[in-house]
Amino acid sequence: MSETSATHVAHHAPTSFIRKYIFSTDHKVIGIQYWFLALFSVFLGMGLSLLMRFHMVFPDAKVSWFATLWPKGAEGGIMTPELYLSLMTMHGTIMVFFVLTTAPQAGFGNSFLPLQIGAEDMAFPVLNMMSFWTTFLALAVLVMAFFVEGGAPLGGWTAYPPLSALGAVAGPGMGAGMNCWIVSIALFCGASLMGAINFIATLVDLRCKGMSMMRLPLTCWSWFVTAILSLLGFAVLLSAGILLLLDRVAGTSFFLPAGLVVNDQIQNHKGGSPLLWQHLFWFFGHPEVYIAILPGMGVTSQILSVFARKPIFGYKAMVYAVCGIGFLGFLVWGHHMFMSGMNPYTAMAFSILTMTIGVPSAIKTFNWIGTLWGAKIRFTTCMLFALGFVSLFISGGLSGIFLGQPALDLYFHDTYFVVAHFHLIMGVAAIFGMFAGTFYWFPKMFGKMMNETIGKIHFYLTFIGVYCIFTPMHQLGMAGNPRRYADFKEFEFMGQLLPVHTFITWAAILTATAQVLFVINLIWSWWKGAKASDNPWEATTLEWTVSSPPPFDNFAGKHPVVYRGPYEYAQPGAPKDYTMQTDPT
Amino acid sequence: MSEVKAAAMDSVWDGGVSPYGVNSKKFGMWLFIISDALTFSALLVTYTYLRLATPNWPLPFHFSPSIVFSTVMTAFLLTSSLTMVMAVHSMARGDRKKTVLWLLATMFCGATFCGLHLTEWRHLMVEEKVTPLSNPWGEPLFGATFFGITGLHMTHVAIGVIYLGIIAFAVSRGKFKHEDVEVSGLYWHFVDLVWMFVFPLVYLMSVKG
Repeated sequence: MSETSATHVAHHAPTSFIRKYIFSTDHKVIGIQYWFLALFSVFLGMGLSLLMRFHMVFPDAKVSWFATLWPKGAEGGIMTPELYLSLMTMHGTIMVFFVLTTAPQAGFGNSFLPLQIGAEDMAFPVLNMMSFWTTFLALAVLVMAFFVEGGAPLGGWTAYPPLSALGAVAGPGMGAGMNCWIVSIALFCGASLMGAINFIATLVDLRCKGMSMMRLPLTCWSWFVTAILSLLGFAVLLSAGILLLLDRVAGTSFFLPAGLVVNDQIQNHKGGSPLLWQHLFWFFGHPEVYIAILPGMGVTSQILSVFARKPIFGYKAMVYAVCGIGFLGFLVWGHHMFMSGMNPYTAMAFSILTMTIGVPSAIKTFNWIGTLWGAKIRFTTCMLFALGFVSLFISGGLSGIFLGQPALDLYFHDTYFVVAHFHLIMGVAAIFGMFAGTFYWFPKMFGKMMNETIGKIHFYLTFIGVYCIFTPMHQLGMAGNPRRYADFKEFEFMGQLLPVHTFITWAAILTATAQVLFVINLIWSWWKGAKASDNPWEATTLEWTVSSPPPFDNFAGKHPVVYRGPYEYAQPGAPKDYTMQTDPT
Repeated sequence: MSEVKAAAMDSVWDGGVSPYGVNSKKFGMWLFIISDALTFSALLVTYTYLRLATPNWPLPFHFSPSIVFSTVMTAFLLTSSLTMVMAVHSMARGDRKKTVLWLLATMFCGATFCGLHLTEWRHLMVEEKVTPLSNPWGEPLFGATFFGITGLHMTHVAIGVIYLGIIAFAVSRGKFKHEDVEVSGLYWHFVDLVWMFVFPLVYLMSVKG
């Protein structure tokens, strides 16, 4: 236990470049490192999705650089179904782990949890640094899968056995590529566990004087509950990953039943159960979707209150709702397995519990709307993205009520309806949370304001774009279009759906192009943006009491004292329309 | 969630002092233990699941020598928890010399446990022809779960012995405080506790009734 406890952190900023920017123990630098890692990953993942969308609509197109990139997977420039599946697997894995898990929690959480609770740093700064570099290593190992013999794995981000447990016989990429995948995920589990321990210990132990739990900003509550979910979920995934790796490299049969014949070869395994993997995986996998979305909810709550200039509606209800969602999230993993062969009574129990999550989710949604009710809203870019989050959360959440019912899921399972559902709620909503967070905190992270005009154009294009991509997918799913098919021309009944796919692909290309605006905005603002004041949004929480960017030890040697809650806007009798948390009067 | 509840009470406490009288290091170790408990639980659930799903799960162990031998191992591990308590107790009284001795005793018991365990593994592998992939009694998963679970546990014990070694070395040099010994004790007791689940599930329940 060699971590330095935060009280012993040196008050002198490191001077060498490597200690300052590469192997830094400063939570603000680590947060930005995570943020850049996620930014790289999100563009990589988006690129992969564009290739998939392109292939679905133009399955026979010859693209010469496909052949250059994948001499085997795209011989002569035509993408094989195997290559398509490997793109899908890598898209899902990169997006879920290295974007949705990394940016909202590890990125923004690291940057702002200590600042918002008035701490100098995280509880275990060295552990924090190790956590980032382990994540980095995990990403490197995952990307390596593209370059090993056979290429990237085909198993999807869920890596269902038996095929994922067998090795190269199950297809190209299921050999060395799949091993890379498992090692990467195991490393990621380790990094997430380190991060989770750090987040929980920091939040519980290092709050400044007066910062009681019920005075925490809702962002901190979200990060806290998310860290608890990570702590419990990733521990189980780690076990499952080790067992899967043993099946592959040691020849055990945890997930492999007897009598398997794969690609005309008899498999010498006996006694295991592929369903077992699904139980272990989804015990992690369902909390994982809350790990992705809860920090976005926190950021949204924060931003809605700041830019509506009103206290958040029902602070306590918001806190209990986030705890409730976290708790219930561990009881519903079975709803991913309705089709896997499940006792109907069990399915009913999982279904009822799943519906129960609708209650705290609705509490949050109505409280957001209640916060906006009658407000004089400041429509900044980050506010627009937060409003977009609410919209996407509702749209994506409602289809969850369909999928949570076994009778309906029998039909919708593995169709584009599912793709639409999880992309809206877990993918795009969470990414809107990240955009909102980026526009909101960029001034504090980099000391410059982001460009509002480019930001707003980027928002509207993205908002319209994602709805154009994912709304029609519901219709595709209802029409029976299965997911994970590389092309549809062989199936007569799907022929008439192709125009919808074409529309989606064009919408995806345009939406992706719009993201260039975001990159331009980042670079331009960082380079030439207006200098940010300490508190450009007139917000009340502690990170806005210090300079932008904050000094090395956050509060310049002082210990802030908190006298009030985080959402005191438009208080009767107050001199300004906002009262800082540190304001004693 | 009771922690959260207690914390949710609207008390205003002094900054810089931990609200529950637990410093971050100890709290961090508790959190690690919770997470590690889940990792072991997943393995034990796997074992239970596969065992229940297999009609002819082998029950190969006999009271003698298997259970007698593993009971001796258990006794060593339990004794090590007692010596660990003594080490923490000595450190609380500031007696570094005794602390180091008790820590060494704990390490000795832990190492003996590992040694006996490896002897048992060797016996199973060489004489009984049980490997992770096959065994004379049919179900190959018997070996896979047995070696998987006990292997992960033994790894934890081995890491614990090294960890205690570092603590003992530092304590003998006059470094580290009472709390550091206590935190290492938490880990050690946890590893013991895991064995208290492994022993009945993997050994006692594998005896022909």
